Amino acid sequence: MKLLEYEGKEIFERYGIPMLPRCGVIRIGDSTERLHMEGPGPWVVKAQVLAGGRGKAGGVKLAKTPAEARELAGQMLGMKLITHQTQGKALTVEEVLVEEACGIAREIYISVVLDRKAAAPAIIASAEGGMSIEELAHTHPEKIIKVPVDPEVGLLDFQTRQLAFDLKIPQKNFREFTEFSRQLVKVFLENDASLVEVNPLVISSEGRLLAIDSKIVTDDNALFRHKDQAARPDHEATEIEKEAKAIGINYIGLDGDIGCMVNGAGLAMATLDTVKMAGGDAANFLDVGGGASVDQITRAFQIILKDPKVKAVLVNIFGGIMKCDNIASGVVEASKKVEIDVPLIVRLEGTNVKEGREILAKSGIKIAQASSLWEAAQKAVAAAKAN
Amino acid sequence: MSILLNKKTQIIVHGLTGAQGSFHSQQCIEYGSNIVGGVTPGKGGTEHLGRPVFNTAREAVKETGANASLIFVPPPYAADSILEAADAGVAVIICITEGIPVLDMARVKKRLNAMRAEGRDITLVGPNCPGVITPGECKAGIMPGYIHRKGSVGVVSRSGTLTYEAVWQVTSQGLGQSTVVGIGGDPVQGMNFVDTLKLFQADRQTEAVIMIGEIGGSAEEDAARYIREEMTKPVFCFVAGRTAPAGRRMGHAGAIVEGGSGTHASKVEALKEAGAVVVDNLSEIGAAVAAKLSGKTRPRAARK
Repeated sequence: MKLLEYEGKEIFERYGIPMLPRCGVIRIGDSTERLHMEGPGPWVVKAQVLAGGRGKAGGVKLAKTPAEARELAGQMLGMKLITHQTQGKALTVEEVLVEEACGIAREIYISVVLDRKAAAPAIIASAEGGMSIEELAHTHPEKIIKVPVDPEVGLLDFQTRQLAFDLKIPQKNFREFTEFSRQLVKVFLENDASLVEVNPLVISSEGRLLAIDSKIVTDDNALFRHKDQAARPDHEATEIEKEAKAIGINYIGLDGDIGCMVNGAGLAMATLDTVKMAGGDAANFLDVGGGASVDQITRAFQIILKDPKVKAVLVNIFGGIMKCDNIASGVVEASKKVEIDVPLIVRLEGTNVKEGREILAKSGIKIAQASSLWEAAQKAVAAAKAN
Repeated sequence: MSILLNKKTQIIVHGLTGAQGSFHSQQCIEYGSNIVGGVTPGKGGTEHLGRPVFNTAREAVKETGANASLIFVPPPYAADSILEAADAGVAVIICITEGIPVLDMARVKKRLNAMRAEGRDITLVGPNCPGVITPGECKAGIMPGYIHRKGSVGVVSRSGTLTYEAVWQVTSQGLGQSTVVGIGGDPVQGMNFVDTLKLFQADRQTEAVIMIGEIGGSAEEDAARYIREEMTKPVFCFVAGRTAPAGRRMGHAGAIVEGGSGTHASKVEALKEAGAVVVDNLSEIGAAVAAKLSGKTRPRAARK
């Protein structure tokens, strides 16, 4: 799960990561009076959305007075934000964070990631912060520092020193930095994160080391041992996605108009690819699970049809342990329970496929059958276009 | 010959008495696999599916002489079961469990590597995988047995149902499989594509290999390097996720394009450059293999 900046900073706080004082978070409908601004300022108003590139898109603004900060925060709430990371889609700003601002002398990039090849975490850092790390990796790979992390003991003392020297941390901030890097790895390990990123980590014009931003992604598989994380709302999921998740269906909404129901994640992905190759676009990724019982199929139909874009539904199920005749009965029963008012294309393959196809053919329900995934995709694309 | 499993493999099932463990072990037994016992702490001394149940893996191995473990233990305890199996001395550990925390697997890998450094021979398959089957000899996993047929095509895949799809196409073409290995869809896993390709390359029964990848990570790119430099047998590939949106996990924990890496395009390009046949349309993979093998093409001679 991806955490918003302020959620990440609340975790950072517990680990003593140095940050600027925060003045509060307000949501749509909240009064801006809830923000507590003291001191001389200035302040920074930041849109809380799950996308990088907020600054350029108008999601980060500087305010000289508390009144200005309140005004900017009010304006930002409800704003639509499109950044280079949102794939052309607009994100609505539902929460805004206001915190104190500082002058910046130096920007550093640092993150803890999962190094899949090494099967262990690693620190990725660069003395050149501020720009996107992907861009830097592309243009100046030699400027990226990588430090392997032991998943059981975390960052060792000599590694923190090495990192500080490599990043040319000033002597004045040296100890502060080594402690910071050790704690950052602790955040990663103790919270079962798959990413902890600070971009930028700055040295302020007053010479203070400060984490200005936070990006944390946690491992959903570890939620059972993090009750606090499990209780947090999932900001990335849409309403339909949340509903699907609650009933054990893996669903991701997409932009097309062909609803897909498939068993297995890999086959589901391949189905979307095949639909594309046939000239159409899938409305969703949906893995109905290995069992594919009547209940599960009924629920999957309900979820798919909640999306008003859907003009045809493609069911692609490989009957393994669950045999095709059982799946066919499931589809028939489910389609009686759920009113399916768009063309339905079914492709069954596997054990008892003959019996399965017969059940579908005799059901009286209007179902177009296909014997291969390719044929099914072509039929679904044609049906969606005609509908 | 085959890889990883054969007629003689003796398997203990961790979590034999649970719902998943019971159902799938029964299927494995019916297929003819040698399931010799189970491990469920606290149920030692009882019997389940006509097999003895032990409290610990050490006891199970000592009493049955098992050399392989099949794990159905729930996610919070599965990593520990992998290490228990390794400690008990089994050589092949197949973990079916989906949903193990990634850092648990990182810790498991570290310990397995340490044991290997001391000379132990341990192969981990999975987690989050359908298992391994050597058709006609031994099935250790949740795949439907009947879709397989003994033959000469090795199959390795990160996805369950996608494997069944490819296997079924091969079988429908009148061909069969030497061994089918599901390496699983997690970001940190046991054996990878390269490890499996090495075994297939050395296996005399295997004449061609189907490799099914997906977006995320760099296992396909690593495989491409191995195929180009070492592999003399033909390799047929499909990579799922061409149309997957960046930054979203497509069902499998490891199937995600992050920071511009792990893309479909990079994998396909690397595999094509390495000389593998990459089919864009999954429905064509069985026919592509059949066209190659029906010409009775012998494996290419080893390159110097």
